[in-house]
Amino acid sequence: MVTPLATPFLPLEGSAAPTFGVGSFDSRPLFPSAAWTQGDSAHYAWTDIWVTNHIAQAVIGAALVIGFWLYVSHNMKIVPGKKQFVGEYLYDMLRNTVARDILGHDYKTYLPYLISIFSFIIVNNLFGQTFVFMFPTFSKIGFAWGLALITWLLYNGAGIKKWGLFGYLKRMTVPAGVPVALLPLIIPLEILSNFIVRPITLGLRLFANLFAGHLVVLVFVLGGTYLMFVSEPIINKIAGGAAMILAFAIFALELLVAVLQAYIFTVLTAQYVSSAIAEEH
Amino acid sequence: MILLEGTGPLGPLLPDHPSEFIVGIVLIGIIWLVVWKKVMPSFETMYATRADAIRGGIERAEEAQAEAKAALEQYRSQLSTAKDEASKIREDAKNAGAQIQAEMRTAATAESARIVATGHTQVDAERAAARETLRRDVGGLATTLAEKIVGEALTDDARAQRTIDRFIADLDAAPQQA
Repeated sequence: MVTPLATPFLPLEGSAAPTFGVGSFDSRPLFPSAAWTQGDSAHYAWTDIWVTNHIAQAVIGAALVIGFWLYVSHNMKIVPGKKQFVGEYLYDMLRNTVARDILGHDYKTYLPYLISIFSFIIVNNLFGQTFVFMFPTFSKIGFAWGLALITWLLYNGAGIKKWGLFGYLKRMTVPAGVPVALLPLIIPLEILSNFIVRPITLGLRLFANLFAGHLVVLVFVLGGTYLMFVSEPIINKIAGGAAMILAFAIFALELLVAVLQAYIFTVLTAQYVSSAIAEEH
Repeated sequence: MILLEGTGPLGPLLPDHPSEFIVGIVLIGIIWLVVWKKVMPSFETMYATRADAIRGGIERAEEAQAEAKAALEQYRSQLSTAKDEASKIREDAKNAGAQIQAEMRTAATAESARIVATGHTQVDAERAAARETLRRDVGGLATTLAEKIVGEALTDDARAQRTIDRFIADLDAAPQQA
């Protein structure tokens, strides 16, 4: 299992890239075409791009999320059973402590989206610590940008729907109580902050946390393995063992990050919607 | 597709291919739709039902409490009525008792008076009879005695009788004078 490791630690060219280590960030088709195996990027089949391991795990994650919510919300009783209790606990956490506390009385409009992103992100993040997958889906930045775009559309759409296009733009770019002399400075800053920086940081934060976390795990686990089994000096083998032990701590940290990032993304989305529809901000 | 070189100038900050971007959006859209149309309504309906049930329970409890209060009030008023009634009955009984006592006393007095009167009458009659008997006997005795003293039979009964009557009348009169 580990004896032929000497070379695969280094990314190889084309399709022969290793399927673990740093190469795990590269999507692989589940049904590779001949063009893909030959590295002929001009003639990839559509399945090489649309049916990859990472897209598959995102789909599985979504299916798990949908399945979970349909399961716990099926046949609900006034007096909850075990299954319903778990569902209610999670639902109430998002409904009461995230949506209602941040959004106020309009929260029910946005609650479905908040529940969706929270559960979708947390499940996919936990894939980073889950056997079979061992890869957090959102360390592929495309997924993170997708969610950031939807959130951006949602909060701007909510603001425009409530205040009208120009009313909304005015509210978002001209904060109340700012002296006129400062407006030439404030307006570009507000535009930058509210319309450009927000979605970028949202996507980037999610991606970077998961990407870096997975990378650190790789460093500890693969580095430790390499030091223990491939390199010769005894001191390296000891250091490799220590790295393997530390990898558990990193995994624990990654669990925290996985939950935290899902929560942050959800809270920030609620926050942005709230600032878009707030009476004063 | 080597990771850190990426496919463009932004390196890993751009997806390898738009596929994952689009798939991400589609998936979140599907989840959103399901949560919005199926999951949230069933939670919110259940919460509304539960809130109704709880509110209904509270209302029922309040109703029961009010009922209990009314019953208590009723019992209290009944109790005070009963107390009044009892004291009235006691009063009546006392009065009746007193009346009965008085009546009985009157009756007893009358009875005793009657008994006394009867006694008196009887005694008077007996006394009269005794006096009669006595008078006759004393007359007889006195006559017999007088005959023995005189030594001869008085033939003229009528005269003797007159003498006896006079004597007895004197006897009757004597204690009255004394």
